[in-house]
Amino acid sequence: MTGFFDIKARKEAAAANGTPTKAALTKENTRSQPWVEKYRPKSLNDVTAQDHTITVLQRTLQSSNLPHMLFYGPPGTGKTSTVLALAKELYGPELIKSRVLELNASDERGISIVREKVKDFARMQLSQPSAAYRNQYPCPPYKIIILDEADSMTQDAQSALRRTMETYSKITRFCLICNYVTRIIDPLASRCSKFRFKSLDQGNAVKRVEEIAEKEGVKLEAGAVETLIKCSEGDLRKAITFLQSAARLVGAVGVMEKEKDENSMDVDEEDTKIVTIKTLEEIAGVIPDATIERLVRAMQPRAKGIVYKDVSKTVTDMVADGWSATQVVTQLYQTILYNDLIPDIQKNKITLVFSEVDKRLVDGSDEHITLLDLSLRISNILAGAS
Amino acid sequence: MALLVDKHRPRSLDQLTYHKDLSERLRSLAQSGDFPHLLVYGPSGAGKKTRIVATLKELYGPGVEKIKIDSRVFQTISNRKLEFNIVASVYHLEITPSDVGNYDRVVVQDLLKEVAQTQQVDQSAKQKFKVVVINEADHLTRDAQAALRRTMEKYSPNLRLILLANSTANIIAPIRSRTLLVRVPAPSEVEICEVLAKSGMKEGLAPARELEKRIAAESGRNLRRALLMFEAVHAQNEKVTDTTPIPPPDWEALISVVAQEIVAEHSPARILQVRAKLYDLLTHCIPPSTILKTLTFKLIPLVDDALKAEIVQWSAFYEHRIRMGTKVIFHLEAFVAKFMRVVEEHDMGLEMEF
Repeated sequence: MTGFFDIKARKEAAAANGTPTKAALTKENTRSQPWVEKYRPKSLNDVTAQDHTITVLQRTLQSSNLPHMLFYGPPGTGKTSTVLALAKELYGPELIKSRVLELNASDERGISIVREKVKDFARMQLSQPSAAYRNQYPCPPYKIIILDEADSMTQDAQSALRRTMETYSKITRFCLICNYVTRIIDPLASRCSKFRFKSLDQGNAVKRVEEIAEKEGVKLEAGAVETLIKCSEGDLRKAITFLQSAARLVGAVGVMEKEKDENSMDVDEEDTKIVTIKTLEEIAGVIPDATIERLVRAMQPRAKGIVYKDVSKTVTDMVADGWSATQVVTQLYQTILYNDLIPDIQKNKITLVFSEVDKRLVDGSDEHITLLDLSLRISNILAGAS
Repeated sequence: MALLVDKHRPRSLDQLTYHKDLSERLRSLAQSGDFPHLLVYGPSGAGKKTRIVATLKELYGPGVEKIKIDSRVFQTISNRKLEFNIVASVYHLEITPSDVGNYDRVVVQDLLKEVAQTQQVDQSAKQKFKVVVINEADHLTRDAQAALRRTMEKYSPNLRLILLANSTANIIAPIRSRTLLVRVPAPSEVEICEVLAKSGMKEGLAPARELEKRIAAESGRNLRRALLMFEAVHAQNEKVTDTTPIPPPDWEALISVVAQEIVAEHSPARILQVRAKLYDLLTHCIPPSTILKTLTFKLIPLVDDALKAEIVQWSAFYEHRIRMGTKVIFHLEAFVAKFMRVVEEHDMGLEMEF
């Protein structure tokens, strides 16, 4: 159905222009793609900052033997990218369809699917690639089943995998990907070799973001990259999404393509389109320092009545402005913890309050009351009460 | 006759009166040709939905306004049939998955995939992708949100999502990192006044500046509420002047009665009386956390300054319990009892000092 419409559209375009432009079409496609997809690493070497994991995987590439694998780590650290890149290097574009099965949380993954679909795929015999193709890619004699977001699989479904993994281990390898390794049942975890993906450090993330910005022709204000990395907390996907959104907002995209067509670009046009720190913070939902400052000032110990009035007014305004409570909590936490004027004992007590409030917010409590409670309790502690 | 809220709802980005730069940004996104997934958040009555509808119009032209309501039946794994309503135009779909409670994952998986796997049929459409608007995204279960993750990446050529939420606290991090966050702050009181004056003028009502100001202050920066109050005032009074009283909604009036009763007497008998009123509120479908919140804010001006922080603390405590527990009346009553005790203890303490 999809193909039908596509062909029709192309034919029409061809008839109108006289020149079929397949290249232009694909170019159009890549441009409207999210950059996260566009700059997904194509090979293992491209994966940023997971040196240990990559070295191990590259060795297995040469020896053409692969264990079952379990990738875990925070979001945006390259787990899915790594396994996709690995699959691509192993099988090449032609074989990848028949040798790799990718299932994620958007697919139904109850116990019945594990019993039928996964088992059927695991059982399937391997097709033989041609000799010429085998020279290009290693094409090891096994298939890969990728279970993305495996921590959202039910316990039963995971248990159903156990025997399957062992029985067909001659022709099938499993790769489980998850954020929390604790959600994977022990029998599964012990059958896999585990790879931990650590949060990206500053240097690597900055390098990658700058590289993409350069390729897309986005001009960044000095210090903007650092802000970007700070806002995204080691999540590279988040950083790239923010970058793309910011670029779209200020209209800084597309400069590169023009440059390709015509090398003599007029410079004054570029100057107006710069991604500033402020745009980035707005997109990331970071609360301006002034607002947090105002809250902290309101919390300073004074006569009870005034404190309540000030704090309640500030909190009401913040809630009405739509700042997300979790963001307020995070930023307030950092402001207070790095404030050297507060004695350690008070900081201890304040941290306890933060932990409780965070739990409540996650449980879905009302943001207004919870924030008010947080601020008043901190103010109480600052005043020296228990 | 349509309500003022609907009658004077802005239909395009130009007609939106406040947050000009936000409208401008949405327009540049809509025109750029590659529209990202959006997560729009802000307090209720701030104009999230209105903005999104206007943005859709900017994307596709007037065609999006021709909507129809589809009823679809989904089947869960346990063979239960789910009825589900979809508001759709040729270009976009609008769903409220939290309608079906815990089964929202099934809807998200089936429906979105179906939409994502078919291309835009209309060749003359401005955009190649379709838009799915998901209301109340913060009420989606974890499972449903997890199901969204890969769908958003995999089908991005055919599908863009717009999630509407009151807060981002309940949205899982992987979704947040895949969307462009758009914050819609509530309008300021001055902006509400302007809107009220404008709709008053369109309706040919006599202007009353002071009244508008009071309504704006009373509404808690919720524009929808302000407009409804404005309409109510005009409907109940023949001639509106600056001093016309604003009738509070009857549930709010009842809660203030409750607050006064609690403050007046601290005894088990009083709790019993209050219980009847609380039940009354609950049977009229006032959400329990709204009751607790309103009650707290009504109580606070009535108590001693020294107690305010403590009252808020217990209010937050029981609000959390309401979320986690099953029987809300327990926690509402517990709050009432706690309040009485706190006040009583405070009074006793004062007496002992003398």
